[in-house]
Amino acid sequence: MSDQPSENTEAAGGMTGGEGAPRPAADATTGAAPQGAGTGGATAVGAGTTEVADDALLAALGVSKRFGGLQAIAEVDFVVRPNAIAAIIGPNGAGKTTFFNMLTGLYKPSSGSITFRGQDVSRARPDVISAMGMSRTFQNIRLFGTMTAVENVLVGAHARMKGGVVGSIFRTPKVRAEEKAGRDRARELLTEVGIDTRWHDHLAINLSYGDQRRVEIARALASDPSLLLLDEPAAGMNPSESDALSALIRRLRDDRGLAILLIEHDMKVVMNISDRVTVFDHGEKIAEGEPLAVRADPRVVEAYLGKQG
Amino acid sequence: MATFDSVMQRPVGPRGMTVSTIAAIAIVAFAIVFPLFFDPLSGFLGTSIQALAYVVMALGLNVVVGFAGLLDLGYVAFFAIGAYTTGWVMSGFYGEANIHVFVTSTVEALPGIHMNFLLVLVIAALLCAVAGVVIGLPTLRLRGDYIAIVTLAFGEIIRVFAINGPEIRPFGENYPLTQGKQSITPIDQIDLPFLEPLNSILSLRGYYWVILGIVLVCLFVVLRLRDSRIGRAWIALREDEVAAASMGIPLVKTKLLAYLVGGAMGGLSGAFLGPFIQVVNADQFAFSFSIFILAMVILGGLGSVWGAVIGALVLTFVNNYLIPDVLNGVPGALGLDFQFSDLGFGVFGFLLVIVMILRPQGLFPERRRAIELTEGLDGPPGGPPMGATPAPTTTRGEA
Repeated sequence: MSDQPSENTEAAGGMTGGEGAPRPAADATTGAAPQGAGTGGATAVGAGTTEVADDALLAALGVSKRFGGLQAIAEVDFVVRPNAIAAIIGPNGAGKTTFFNMLTGLYKPSSGSITFRGQDVSRARPDVISAMGMSRTFQNIRLFGTMTAVENVLVGAHARMKGGVVGSIFRTPKVRAEEKAGRDRARELLTEVGIDTRWHDHLAINLSYGDQRRVEIARALASDPSLLLLDEPAAGMNPSESDALSALIRRLRDDRGLAILLIEHDMKVVMNISDRVTVFDHGEKIAEGEPLAVRADPRVVEAYLGKQG
Repeated sequence: MATFDSVMQRPVGPRGMTVSTIAAIAIVAFAIVFPLFFDPLSGFLGTSIQALAYVVMALGLNVVVGFAGLLDLGYVAFFAIGAYTTGWVMSGFYGEANIHVFVTSTVEALPGIHMNFLLVLVIAALLCAVAGVVIGLPTLRLRGDYIAIVTLAFGEIIRVFAINGPEIRPFGENYPLTQGKQSITPIDQIDLPFLEPLNSILSLRGYYWVILGIVLVCLFVVLRLRDSRIGRAWIALREDEVAAASMGIPLVKTKLLAYLVGGAMGGLSGAFLGPFIQVVNADQFAFSFSIFILAMVILGGLGSVWGAVIGALVLTFVNNYLIPDVLNGVPGALGLDFQFSDLGFGVFGFLLVIVMILRPQGLFPERRRAIELTEGLDGPPGGPPMGATPAPTTTRGEA
């Protein structure tokens, strides 16, 4: 069972960070102008408007999602550039996680297109998107319950490993070496995200809450992503833990050249590390720009606190 | 504290072999000499052979249900396909054809299709692997109970095909699919290369060693797969399908592979039981047989390889030895007017209830489940706080 089409794997290995950014697909570049009424209402704050630039790592264009009569996401344009830290904020029920689920292939958008590394992934399966280099964590931690921390991370490396049925049965030297390397790498990743060595072989669900979130990040990193999606990584963390998390996220960007997209309610984390903040409300993008500018935007204040007067 | 490694790294005995390696060698050695302690035709030996054949099925079903978490209620289908394979290519059923492949002179003279047993094993495993994929395909979009319903239906479809087989003649008038409720018999005795053909009228020992060999091969395959990248993918799938897909595990391929491996093992077992029982007919493949095998897997401990072995041995001996031979006279001796064997399934049900109450993880639980239970008691300090882990729920509509 050699899993992924080789072109995906090669493409993923070939590029990290900004230099090798692929050109987006032709249809994505044409959408520089905002489309439709839905985005008309989105105020762009600060310098950058939503244009699908040539160097976009991830570009969503006019993406909508409808669940029956519920418009969960309406005509959202969204871009993540290589090596950037982008944040999505918004009140509960604004559609942030739904948007994440569309980016990672768990939901298919009702309309609009999503382009990742120059390829249209609107209809792609989650595992294909993951193999292309987009990896994620979950809002409600979803570690594999009966697996140790190391094994969880090894699952994250599934698409990067090649051991098939026959090789696994006969445990060929190649498979054995791969397994060994995979385990060593899993331990490195766990250490990198700050899990003490002595917890590596414990069941992941028995680790502390903050550590579980970190194991999820390590698991996501195991697939060598170029874009990491974090869904409320600081949820349930105390101030010192979330400071450590901010440092970790920044380090991942600086050292590994990752682009990071996070959903977060902890404004301290968001304001600290984001290059760019996007605000969702009722499934629409209501503001976007640099953190300070977004914070001052009256529409954002209204979404969070209600109308004044 | 029970860490995974402390359980993984077993105590080391002489010459650097781990104690469990020595134990495994001892058990295998005992299993090999076991039939020498019995009369070559004893009924107990016959029951043991049947038990080992069911071990193979339990190992296969455990891959599907225990590892990958796909509840399969139609496993009897693979028994049927495997057994009918022997009916087709290892008997005089198709008397018009005269095909002989690597068989000894005794069989060579007979009409029909007669192939060497090893070849038949391969054919049966391949047919069942294909059937496994066929049953897998419609269940790919389903979860949990719905998979169970579809697989149950699949088992019934195969049985109905077997019953109506005499009317199904895709390859010509003289080639019906089955003999329906009438038996295809006799099936050729097992004939291995370089050995005299086995003869179950003189001795059952040969049959015992053949099925023991099949058990050991399947055990090896299942253990190796469990501890590989593939096994991790199956278990991840069982734990959380959404997370598994998001981590790059292709769901379709991984599920189909589980069905394929599980089905092939059912086929091997069926292809052995054909020549052993000497009879293949549609009545052998009732739904209750699927439950019988599933009960073995659950009794032993879902997902546990050794559990499947133990569960299969225990239930077969309860079913074939304890109930008919030992307990059957008890009600009569007490002045009651029924036979204990009438209660067969009642006894299984009772056993399962007892096990589920006293030992819900099964007789011989999967190692990782065992740690889950022990670690819950003396887990690492500082975890899990804050109401512990949220149950994996669907993220739909969440934001």
